[in-house]
Amino acid sequence: MSVEPAETPPHVSFQVFLDGIVAAVRSVFFYVLVGNYVGMGALAHEVGFSFWWMAMSTLLIWAAPAQVILVSTLTTASLWEVALAVTLSSVRFLPMVAAILPVMRHRGVRQRDLLLPMHLTAISVWVEGMRLLPLMAVERRVAFYNGLGTGLISGALIGGAIGFVLAARLPPLLAAALLFFTPMAILMSSARNSRTLLDGLAFALGLIIGPIVAAQKIGLDLMWTGLIAGSIAYAVHRLRETRRRRAA
Amino acid sequence: MSATLHDLGPTLALILFGFLPNEVWRLVGLMLVHGLDEKSQIIVWVRAVATAMLAGVLAQLILSTSGALGSIPVGVRVGSAALGFAAFLLVKRSVFAGVLTGEIAVILGTYVFAP
Repeated sequence: MSVEPAETPPHVSFQVFLDGIVAAVRSVFFYVLVGNYVGMGALAHEVGFSFWWMAMSTLLIWAAPAQVILVSTLTTASLWEVALAVTLSSVRFLPMVAAILPVMRHRGVRQRDLLLPMHLTAISVWVEGMRLLPLMAVERRVAFYNGLGTGLISGALIGGAIGFVLAARLPPLLAAALLFFTPMAILMSSARNSRTLLDGLAFALGLIIGPIVAAQKIGLDLMWTGLIAGSIAYAVHRLRETRRRRAA
Repeated sequence: MSATLHDLGPTLALILFGFLPNEVWRLVGLMLVHGLDEKSQIIVWVRAVATAMLAGVLAQLILSTSGALGSIPVGVRVGSAALGFAAFLLVKRSVFAGVLTGEIAVILGTYVFAP
C-alpha cells in the first residue's frame, strides 16, 4: 500500500498537541495531581525507593491507587500478591479506554496511533477528554488527547518530585489534605460534565450502589458497582429514548 | 515459590508486578472496541459503566476507613464533600470553588474533631 497523505500536517498536529498541554494546565486536575503525587513521592522516599524509580512508576503505571499499592507493599508482601492487588485496583481502565477511544477514531487513525492515548488514559485525562474532545474536529482529537495526557502526567511527575524532596518535612494533616484533593476533583468535575440524564444517573447510582456493594464483602467492588449502576442507568436511558421516539 | 523484591531488583519488579498487571486492562479496552463506533449502543453502555465506576471510586475514597485518608474522620470527609458541592453549585458550577471549599472544610474539620 502506498503512503497516504496525512489528514493533518505535522505542524498543525503539534499545535493541537500544545493546545492539549495548555488545556491540562488549565484543568483543576493538574493541581490535584501535583498535590496527590506530593503525598506519593513522600511515601516512596519513606519506603526507600529511588527518585527515578518513583518517576518511572508514574510514567509506566499512571494510576494513583495502583502506585500506592505498589509502593507500600512491594517491600513486604510476596510479588504475586502485589500483582494481584494492582490488577484488582485497575479494572476501571477497561471501560474508560473502551469509551474514549471510539470518540477519537476516524478513517485516518491506525490502531497503533491509539496506543499512546490508551496508555495515557487515567481518571483525570478521561474526565477532561470526555468533556473537551466532542467540542473539536475529529481529526484533532488524538493529538489533543496526547497533549492533555502529557500535560497531566507532567503534573504528577512534578508533584512526585516535590514530595520526594520534601519527604519527612510534610505534616501528616497536610499530607492527608493533599490526598483529599482527588475525591473533591472527581465529584466537582463529574457534576460539571453530567449534561445528559445517562451520565448523571450513572454517577448518582454509582455513589449509592458503591457502598452497598462494598458492604456485601463479595470482592471486586468497583466492577460490580459499574456493571449494576451503569446498566440500570443505560436501561432507563433506553426506555426514555423509546418513549420519546414513540411520542414524536 | 514466592519471589521477593531482592531477587529481582526494583526496576524489573516495577515492570513485571506493577506495570503489566495494571496495563492489561487498558490493552483489553483497546482490543474490545476495535472497529466500534462512538455512537454504537455498546459504547453508550460502556460509558455508563465507566461513569458509575468513577462514582464508586469517589465513594470508596470518601467512606473507606483505611489508607492514607484514614486519619481524617469519615464524618468530616462526608461533611466537607457536601460543603464543597454546595459551594460548587452556589458559585456558578465552579470546580475550583468547590474543590477549594472542600479542602478548607476538611482541614478545619480535622483540626476541630480529631486534634
